[in-house]
Amino acid sequence: MKYALLINERPDAYIGLDAEERAAISAEYAVLRDDPRVLGGERLQPGDTATTIRAQDGQLLLTDGPFADTKEIFGGFYLIEAADIDSALELAAKLPALRLGGSVEVRPLVDR
Amino acid sequence: MLDHVFREEWSRVLAALVGFLGNIDLAEEAAQEAFAIASERWKTDRVPDNPRAWLVVTGRNRAIDRLRRERTLAEKTRLVDLTPPIEITADDSNIPDERLELIFMCCHPALATDARVALTLRSLGGLSTPEIARAFLVREETMKRRLSRARNKIRMVAIPFAVPSDHVLPARVKTVLAVLYLVFNQGYGDGRADLAAEAIRLGWILVDLMPDEAEAIALLALMLLHDARRDARVRDGEVVPLIEQDRSLWNSAQLAEGKKLLDNAATVADSHGTYLLQASIAALQTEPQIDWPAVDALYARLCELTGSPVVTLNRAVAICEIEGPQAALTVVDALDLVDYRYFHSTRAELLRRLGQTAAARAAYSRALELSTTRAERRFLQRRLADLRV
Repeated sequence: MKYALLINERPDAYIGLDAEERAAISAEYAVLRDDPRVLGGERLQPGDTATTIRAQDGQLLLTDGPFADTKEIFGGFYLIEAADIDSALELAAKLPALRLGGSVEVRPLVDR
Repeated sequence: MLDHVFREEWSRVLAALVGFLGNIDLAEEAAQEAFAIASERWKTDRVPDNPRAWLVVTGRNRAIDRLRRERTLAEKTRLVDLTPPIEITADDSNIPDERLELIFMCCHPALATDARVALTLRSLGGLSTPEIARAFLVREETMKRRLSRARNKIRMVAIPFAVPSDHVLPARVKTVLAVLYLVFNQGYGDGRADLAAEAIRLGWILVDLMPDEAEAIALLALMLLHDARRDARVRDGEVVPLIEQDRSLWNSAQLAEGKKLLDNAATVADSHGTYLLQASIAALQTEPQIDWPAVDALYARLCELTGSPVVTLNRAVAICEIEGPQAALTVVDALDLVDYRYFHSTRAELLRRLGQTAAARAAYSRALELSTTRAERRFLQRRLADLRV
């Protein structure tokens, strides 16, 4: 079954980390991409680069920033193929975001 | 007689069907059909020598028929090219016991707690949806939705029908035990004895399936010890505190059984888990002379393990017996449990013993507001009335 691992980070998670520590975290994410279960994944630029668009009364409304002010913000994802949710959770549990106060949402993809 | 067979066989049959069909919805429907056919047929015909095998094979064949009719569904299950109906064999030696797989599936932490409880009662306990709804004081429709959402999630996210691998097993066993204890307390707290008995029955099954799991044995011991005092716990529709209970009403055979299991658990365990500590406390509290320092020491370890303020609250009873009500009150007053009814009733008892009548009365009143069972309310009302004299 295919799952998305949706990584939510605290916006301040990287504040106070030096370049070396950041590089180490990036390297951890990169290593996980080599896991045979991983089909792909991307990392997003920080939330303050987001532009949100919605339709209201037939008008398009643009706002600066992510769709909602939340404690955590969507920061990236992996698409994986795993035998069952236990296998997906095992992989998700390795993501550094968890250590940095974030969370990972595990969602199955719609079968096509 | 038939009811008994059904109750005993339901989980075994359902587990075998989930294992075979790989789909809990399908297995549930197939099991229901098989049991319905059996209840009609066995009224007139002789019950087969091996009702379990009969039920499993009938359920399998029904499911296969259904899948043949519903091609689209068939494509999504394991049974695309299904073999012809299986012959009913004389014995069930070829039907593996897959109840443990079923338990871990129903208690998977990806399901909401109330869904785990409902699903466990339905799948392992064989309770009907209306029975479960009544036990949890929700409408039948609500419970039906809860169960179907849970089964849906099992299928959609591929919650495995398997015993978890070693690295997650301890955590997952804890989850299973927590579900059983929730079921037990639902029956115990409101005097709905059926669920307490059901939790104990499930506890025996689990111990049977995982004989080396000390905490499972300890939980069963704990439930037996608590449940043994059931008849003494309410008198004239009013809750009776442990100390004031009529011990002749305690179920001594069940107490003995609980203590024996507790000894077993203690020898299996290399360290004391939370259920072992709780069961040890419950056992000490049934002794003719309660060894309060020993109870207090066990509570101290339980506090360390859980960090729970509720445990500290319970410990206050032991502190009161050893150091007196003032020391206990100091401990209780430091807890942040203002919305918990037993916080207020415990405070009230201590204040009463200290002769602080007005404060005791206020605390009983607050406990009364938060109380959810009639027997508890009657106890609190009487305490309040006594203070007015």
